[in-house]
Amino acid sequence: MSAPLSETGVLGAAAVLASAPLIGFAFGWCLERGGLGSARKLTGQFYLTDLTVFKVMFSALVTAMLGAFWLDRIGVLDLGLVYLPETFVVPQAIGGLLFGAGFLVGGLCPGTACVAAASGKLDGLAVMAGMLLGIVSFNVSFDWIRPLFESTPLGAVTLTSLAGVSSAIGVLAITAAALVGFALAARIERARA
Amino acid sequence: MRREKPFADPYLAGVGLGLVLLAAYIVVGRGLGASGGFASVAAAATAVVEGPARAAQSPALAPYLTRGIASPLTDWLVLELIGVAIGGFVSAWLAGRSRLVVERGPNLGATSRIAAAVGGGMLMGLGAKLARGCTSGQALTGGALLAAGSWIFIATCFASAYVLAPMARRLWR
Repeated sequence: MSAPLSETGVLGAAAVLASAPLIGFAFGWCLERGGLGSARKLTGQFYLTDLTVFKVMFSALVTAMLGAFWLDRIGVLDLGLVYLPETFVVPQAIGGLLFGAGFLVGGLCPGTACVAAASGKLDGLAVMAGMLLGIVSFNVSFDWIRPLFESTPLGAVTLTSLAGVSSAIGVLAITAAALVGFALAARIERARA
Repeated sequence: MRREKPFADPYLAGVGLGLVLLAAYIVVGRGLGASGGFASVAAAATAVVEGPARAAQSPALAPYLTRGIASPLTDWLVLELIGVAIGGFVSAWLAGRSRLVVERGPNLGATSRIAAAVGGGMLMGLGAKLARGCTSGQALTGGALLAAGSWIFIATCFASAYVLAPMARRLWR
């Protein structure tokens, strides 16, 4: 095991910090190349006129999932040392509902808003400003939101640990579901052409 | 003015993005993020307005202010987001896609579009705080690790957008 490099002592704190703009550059590059810096392209997903969001997002998710799974299997990356976001059922469900509504109305998500703004789209800058306002509203009403925010904690759990099956089954199921989704996306596009 | 180049194949862009996420797991031990960087900047800005001592007392802000007002300068996600902006700019510029514009639906004025963008951004800011992450930190990063909460976020986010889409038609169609 030599990775994660930040956890196994291969890279010091300064080197990890220096990786941030490089990884960010590649992240922004991929988003822009895929067309995700465009609000009209992104929102086409919700009217089924442009399925780029689904294709980019799920091919990225499956690539990273398979890569992480196999690198862990062959002993290169210790997934036990990779931070797993904790689950809080109700706040994450409500947060998702609010976020989806905001994504639809704003047309860009936080990362893609940065890409849009950087390529000169003023609506991207407006989404970024709105994000900051939303976060400040959350912070100033934190006393009031806190009981909801901290409710229904399940800890760092995965779909497969909850279902009591091995992670290999989850990886296989999600890969299969994504492949079915990609085939469906092609069908929807043919039907609309 | 140069002609705009077409976008890359979405699956090629997706695999590239997936490899970047994998690199983040390998190098940093945590994936990508976006809303967290915004939260860090918002916390530092609040600390400037309220005074650092008072902000450090706030349970909502304290986690972001481990180095006081200067925290965003040493926050991995903030530096990553600066990289996102530079990468997005360079890619758009090389492809002839960078120009000043308000991108909007065919039946929407520029002022309405900006207002909707601010409103949508606010909803996403609230939602991402509540969900502890956004499309980057939850959907992609947690989703690829099979985190249960990330998949709850993915499901409710898309469900919400699809259910509300007919009502928002005037914005985009």
